[in-house]
Amino acid sequence: MRTALTTTVATTCTDPIILNQWHPLLPLDEMATDHPGTAVLLGERLSYQLDANGAPAVWLTADVDATPLPVLVEYLYVWTCLGSPPDELFAIPEFSEPDRRNVHGGTIGVHVSAPRAIENFLDMGHFPYVHTDVLGVEPHTEVAEYDVHIDPETNDVWATDCIFYQPRASTTSTEGQMSDYLYRVPHPYCVILYKTTPLFEDRMDVIALFCRPVDDDQIQAHMFLSLLDPDNSDTVIRKFQQGIFGQDKPILENQYPKLLPLDPRAETPIRADKIAIAYRRWLSDLGVTYGVIPVSPTSVSMTS
Amino acid sequence: MTNPVTLPDPVTLPDPMTLWHPVATMLDLPHRHIFHGQLLGREVAIWRADDEFINVWENRCLHRGVRLSIGTNDGTELTCRYHGWRYSNRSAGCTYIPAHPADAPARTICNRTFAAVEQYGLVWSGEDPIGEPPTVASLDDGTPFTLRNLPVNAPSQIVLDQLRQHRFQPVASLDTDDAEMTATEINDYALSLTSTGTNTAESSTVVFFVQPVDSDRSVIRAVLTEAPAEVAQLAVLRHHAAALGKLVIAAEAAAAQMPLPEPMQATINQVSLALSVMPEPMLDRQAPLRVQVARKWTTARDIAGFELVSVGDPLPTFQPGAHIDVHLPNGLVRQYSLTNGPGDTSRYRIGVKLEANSTGGSQCLHDTVREGDVLAISEPRNNFPLRRDSLRTVLIAGGIGVTPMLAMAQALKPMGLAFELHYFAQADEHLAFEEIRAGLGDAVITHVGLSPDETGAELARLLDGYGHANQVYICGPGPMLEAARTIATAADWPDQAVHFEYFKNTTEIDDSSSFEIALARSAVNLQVPAGKSILEVLRDHGIAMPSSCEQGACGTCVVPVMEGEIEHQDVHLKQSERDAGDKIMTCVSRAVSDRLVLDI
Repeated sequence: MRTALTTTVATTCTDPIILNQWHPLLPLDEMATDHPGTAVLLGERLSYQLDANGAPAVWLTADVDATPLPVLVEYLYVWTCLGSPPDELFAIPEFSEPDRRNVHGGTIGVHVSAPRAIENFLDMGHFPYVHTDVLGVEPHTEVAEYDVHIDPETNDVWATDCIFYQPRASTTSTEGQMSDYLYRVPHPYCVILYKTTPLFEDRMDVIALFCRPVDDDQIQAHMFLSLLDPDNSDTVIRKFQQGIFGQDKPILENQYPKLLPLDPRAETPIRADKIAIAYRRWLSDLGVTYGVIPVSPTSVSMTS
Repeated sequence: MTNPVTLPDPVTLPDPMTLWHPVATMLDLPHRHIFHGQLLGREVAIWRADDEFINVWENRCLHRGVRLSIGTNDGTELTCRYHGWRYSNRSAGCTYIPAHPADAPARTICNRTFAAVEQYGLVWSGEDPIGEPPTVASLDDGTPFTLRNLPVNAPSQIVLDQLRQHRFQPVASLDTDDAEMTATEINDYALSLTSTGTNTAESSTVVFFVQPVDSDRSVIRAVLTEAPAEVAQLAVLRHHAAALGKLVIAAEAAAAQMPLPEPMQATINQVSLALSVMPEPMLDRQAPLRVQVARKWTTARDIAGFELVSVGDPLPTFQPGAHIDVHLPNGLVRQYSLTNGPGDTSRYRIGVKLEANSTGGSQCLHDTVREGDVLAISEPRNNFPLRRDSLRTVLIAGGIGVTPMLAMAQALKPMGLAFELHYFAQADEHLAFEEIRAGLGDAVITHVGLSPDETGAELARLLDGYGHANQVYICGPGPMLEAARTIATAADWPDQAVHFEYFKNTTEIDDSSSFEIALARSAVNLQVPAGKSILEVLRDHGIAMPSSCEQGACGTCVVPVMEGEIEHQDVHLKQSERDAGDKIMTCVSRAVSDRLVLDI
């Protein structure tokens, strides 16, 4: 099967925007001191191991000198970078609140580009069809008007005032509810969702998707949760999240093309896609070229 | 067994894009299945509708690129798995976007379709095929029997090369191995092989069509020219599967010695510029309610009944004669009278007549909208109020005009007020809502199959003898309504006692005048230019105006007039109301004078 081989050839990343980002390699507690592990990031095979002090080290597997790559431990994960990373990762202040449950919900490999996965995470319209009886149910299919803006200080993309009817919004739900959502995109391949919890009126659950780009059209998606859920075990929370993501995976793997097209004329937006449109423009404005099909000069002239 | 392979010079081949190729067998298209096919590097979704039409579409939802082959085929439409977008049989036009029941954009979203022809048990298609699929005399004259198709990881020309050396036995002597093979070339993607038994002299012919899936993949689609007897079919299928299985191994081994060809690149068309921008919300006409079609049924010939239940808050109350605006998935807005009896707000019931020359409204409701769909509707509005202080009420309905009359009759009956409902229809099978009529008993009198003259005579008889506190309500087609109004006037019915509702305004609207409107309460003067209605000018200046039919029939956009002479072009106002000159239908009517002073 020679055709199958061609799809596994890694596409080396030359996009400086993506090369200079922190990327989530794996959860810290999956690293060991006694033996190295390997993982692929942006087409490069990396090795990793905890040193004698318990600090993570990451290096290019092919590098005989094992020169350490930049490493950051944040939000339960080990982050690394193949270029020059920024000083800090985006902030999730809720992570430090004492009554939060910070849970690694699982890592799922998906044969799709990171931006396609991010866009799916930003989408409410699919809830009744893909997450039937959990995050949505017919006939509650309408996506109400919501607001989108870009934070002038952090340059994060935000969607606010999102409302959707959900039969079983989380592990703490006992009945259907109108869920309030906030979406935030602080990183080309990471997205955070703030969501109504039945237990508090003024605080929200935090659910994030941190994508490790294995290749331009393959990811390992880490699900991070910072929840206000004192009762359910980590296993129950993980099962709920993995059940949801398991419903998304076959949809994502059936999207064509696998890279996210940034040309406005590649696909047909509707009003529900306001945040997706903003995300695509934001990627274009950042100059991201990896994991996307950039707008070609000819199509720019057609749309301007 | 590897054979030396020489690839034909590709330049000598005709452009495969202009040829017909097989893309599926009919067996791949069972009832309500969607088959995932591929031709020349392009994925296609192939599905057979209940009307037997075979659709070959780009395998990609226009919204977010999800393969349509993982969606559902309900016999008339294909639904995308991701967001429930529905695409129609034949046209591939998008008919429903569940995320936006209210402001579904009035624009045409249409998936790419490819030609499809069924021939020899195969479905034929192509990128840009010229002429007809290839004809093969032995199949035309025979009883074609489709063999099991075989996918091969090899370019089509390597497969063809292997097929030229392929061997099989005639049906009559499957167990031996000594048949004489003769090959006949059909075209660059097809050849015919005949196997003749040495002893029996019996022969079998198989036509092989090679489908170029991609530059390095093919599917062999083989058709036996004469169907074997049913008892022998399994053995024949096994024989060919075994023989072709060996051929596949040989072809793949030969292909492995060649450099891997570049994959074919199927170009995906850009969506139109209009579709690429996010549509603005439709704010002009208000549709605050969301209802689900709980039941759709045929209540009479060409009349569909719809029961609409609320998706959110309970439905608002309504008066007999009220109508709702229904916002359709195709962006059109249509008005339908409620047939509900008093107090029945658990659901709204409407009847929709399929208009022969529908511009998309009734057709959409009949063909596209189905049980389970969500629709946006307005709150009920009543521009056809029923007086409930009369001694006698005559309700006259023509055809689908029965719908508001049913609501009125159900309101009058429990009050004990004398009424009769005269229901005129072309034939018995056109009589709708039998279950409601049954509850009204003898008060419903049907008049079936009358000519216009006979209808006139019947109306004259019904309206003979106006008495104090008598009221007549008429709803039906324009000519019948005109006749009834004339007859009522002739029979001395005062204008105030004659109430009517037109389906539509057939008047040709003259909007060539220009004039000024003064808004008395807001102290604003506005210019109404030729080609624009008063309603449009008001909205352009940010004044929220209710409207519904926007053709001068329903009466929703009425505004009081304080000064100025009105050019009435509506069919809603009675003559006495027109003569009074103190209200105007802002959607169609204009000014005769230079200026109108409106009480808004």
